Amino acid sequence: MSSPVIFKNRYLPYALIAPQLLITIVFFILPAGQAIFQSAQLEDAFGLSREFVGLENFINLFNDSYYLESFFTTLKFSVSVAVLALVCALILSAFAEHIVRGATFYRTFLIWPYAVAPVVAGSLWLFLFDPSIGVVTDMLEWFGINWNPTLNGDHAMWMVIITSTWKQISYNFLFFLAALQSVPKSLHEAAAIDGSGPIKRFITISFPLISPTSFFLLVINFVYAFFDTFAVIHAMTQGGPGNSTSTLVYKVYNDGFIGLDLGSSAAQSVILMVLVALLTVFQFKYVEKKVAY
Amino acid sequence: MSIKHLSAVAVASALLSHSVQAKTEVEWWHAMGGALGQKVNEIAADFNAGQSEYEIKPVYKGSYAETMTSAIAAFRAKQQPAIVQVFEVGTATMMGAKQVIYPVHELMEDTKEPFDSGHYLSAVTGYYTTSDGKMVSMPFNSSTPVLYYNKDMFKKAGIESAPKTWKEMEQVSKQLIASGAQCGFSTTWQSWTQIENFGARNNVAMASNNNGFDGFDSEFQFNREPFVKHIERLQKWSESGIFKYGGRQSSGMPLFYTQECAMTMGSSAGLSGIQESMAGVDVGVAELPYDDTLIMKPQNTIIGGASLWALRGHDSEQYKGVAQFFSYLSSAEVQADWHQFTGYLPITTEAYELTQKEGFYDQNPGTDIAVLQMTSVEPTANSKGVRFGNFLQVRDIINQELEAVWAGNKSAKQGLDDAVRLGNQQLRRFERTQK
Repeated sequence: MSSPVIFKNRYLPYALIAPQLLITIVFFILPAGQAIFQSAQLEDAFGLSREFVGLENFINLFNDSYYLESFFTTLKFSVSVAVLALVCALILSAFAEHIVRGATFYRTFLIWPYAVAPVVAGSLWLFLFDPSIGVVTDMLEWFGINWNPTLNGDHAMWMVIITSTWKQISYNFLFFLAALQSVPKSLHEAAAIDGSGPIKRFITISFPLISPTSFFLLVINFVYAFFDTFAVIHAMTQGGPGNSTSTLVYKVYNDGFIGLDLGSSAAQSVILMVLVALLTVFQFKYVEKKVAY
Repeated sequence: MSIKHLSAVAVASALLSHSVQAKTEVEWWHAMGGALGQKVNEIAADFNAGQSEYEIKPVYKGSYAETMTSAIAAFRAKQQPAIVQVFEVGTATMMGAKQVIYPVHELMEDTKEPFDSGHYLSAVTGYYTTSDGKMVSMPFNSSTPVLYYNKDMFKKAGIESAPKTWKEMEQVSKQLIASGAQCGFSTTWQSWTQIENFGARNNVAMASNNNGFDGFDSEFQFNREPFVKHIERLQKWSESGIFKYGGRQSSGMPLFYTQECAMTMGSSAGLSGIQESMAGVDVGVAELPYDDTLIMKPQNTIIGGASLWALRGHDSEQYKGVAQFFSYLSSAEVQADWHQFTGYLPITTEAYELTQKEGFYDQNPGTDIAVLQMTSVEPTANSKGVRFGNFLQVRDIINQELEAVWAGNKSAKQGLDDAVRLGNQQLRRFERTQK
């Protein structure tokens, strides 16, 4: 039986949560408020002239067929990155758990890509995928694929998906490995005595038991794909060819930081904020039900 | 260490720093990394050593976009540098911000620094002058598109000289392909080379208001016949392999490096980089092709690159330093050295003549092509330059639409119509912020 904790001093609880509140206000509420304020303005780069335009920035965006297309581009991109990064990392960590010799070596190397800056990762993979000098291009030629991400939108999309996935696998790998190692050995031994093989044990024992980690990673990976991938896209395709790799966050970055159109960029980030909030609510409401803590 | 010691150290350091600060410090934010950055430091150091009143402090701020964004942020926080380097797409934004910039012609007049805009190459400074001919920013690193061709591949195909017109581009490319080349030509920076400079070279306007020079209410016109015909033939050629698109900005260069394409159009400042990447291959430089159905004697081309802007909010002593530094930068010796080292265009006639006299062009064939292309005729309203707000977004739009054309998803007319429509939206948006 649990009893509610009662503070004798009525100010103490506020004092205790103050640091957390302060951080939330300074690093989240204020910037978000600023973004909402900016999204209703039209101003020049230096902030010399400022005009209140209400919802005009939003209306312009929703009247722009390219902007609407980039919703689908973002969805395609984010789902692919999240799924690929989770599956690859899970497979790798399942194998890593069984390695006897050189395990530290193997793990260290798998973690490395996480330390590579997104722009550097973008340039690296761009070099590999270059239609004239890329190594991957040459290999694809053996299979009869005429690889050209500068003109073929699907190729460009695959290129940014693979690069963004590659960067995220390490992070997922770390969490999956830790989760798998916390699965009690006794369960595996019991199942093994009953005659089930390693794959069956993984599916029926490990996978359900690590579901809280998987769910956490699912949310994190979506947030990563939505927010943290603009540098990769900037380095590799600049949203092209055509409009095919222009995701929502890339447009926020490009219009705001490079194009210096703060109003439109702020409106886009407000839309993105709402979208990710909805997505997270959805994940917690529906996917989390399948999670066994 | 005791308090006494500490304060002694503090006093001593204050005295020391005071003696250093006897020189007026002038901050210069720039976007030149690597070897160019070292050259910038060298120029500043030479200027500092040459006189005792002013100290130019160059600060590297990252890419062009980053440098401009940090200068804007600094201005909003009232911490702006006295000089900032801004790329050509930011020109309209800077020029519109009258409370921010200190126009060069005004600066020179106020500080009584001798200044004659007649000494400068009008094809270079024209990009940075008002429509009544007043220089607003100081050109620093300017280049212009030229045609690079692989002389070895030309020899193999039995071609004597580089093509001059677009018609010859087609003939030469066919000959090259017949001799085993995979593609005739490629291009870099397609908006700059195939739209902006196609207009300038053939004396056709890409927008009303003298390409945006005369006001903010300009409308794009690059969906008119000459442009449509040009993009149409490029589309047709990209099907037959005469033309091959290699990506945005300069990412199409590997097509030329690997000798897949025998020609490419790119920045004149890229020559030494090309020679480095293609050691052992004989590379030639020629003027950008023109369309002989549009013009008999081709116009000059438009520059790209960046210029230096003086920003307001400093004291008159610092502006004297800025003015002196700009004069120093424009001197024939400094310009000639910069031009020869970097491949960027010289900004004065004197610097060009000095380079010629030193025999640089004879030792490095091809390095004078860009200068000749810029100076052989007087610039017209259509070849002086372009000035558009939100130009970065406009170039993105042009890239995006042209890619749809090259991929065969849109007709040339449709692609250019869409680009003009979306581009005009950007111009209207910018117009509203300029009051």
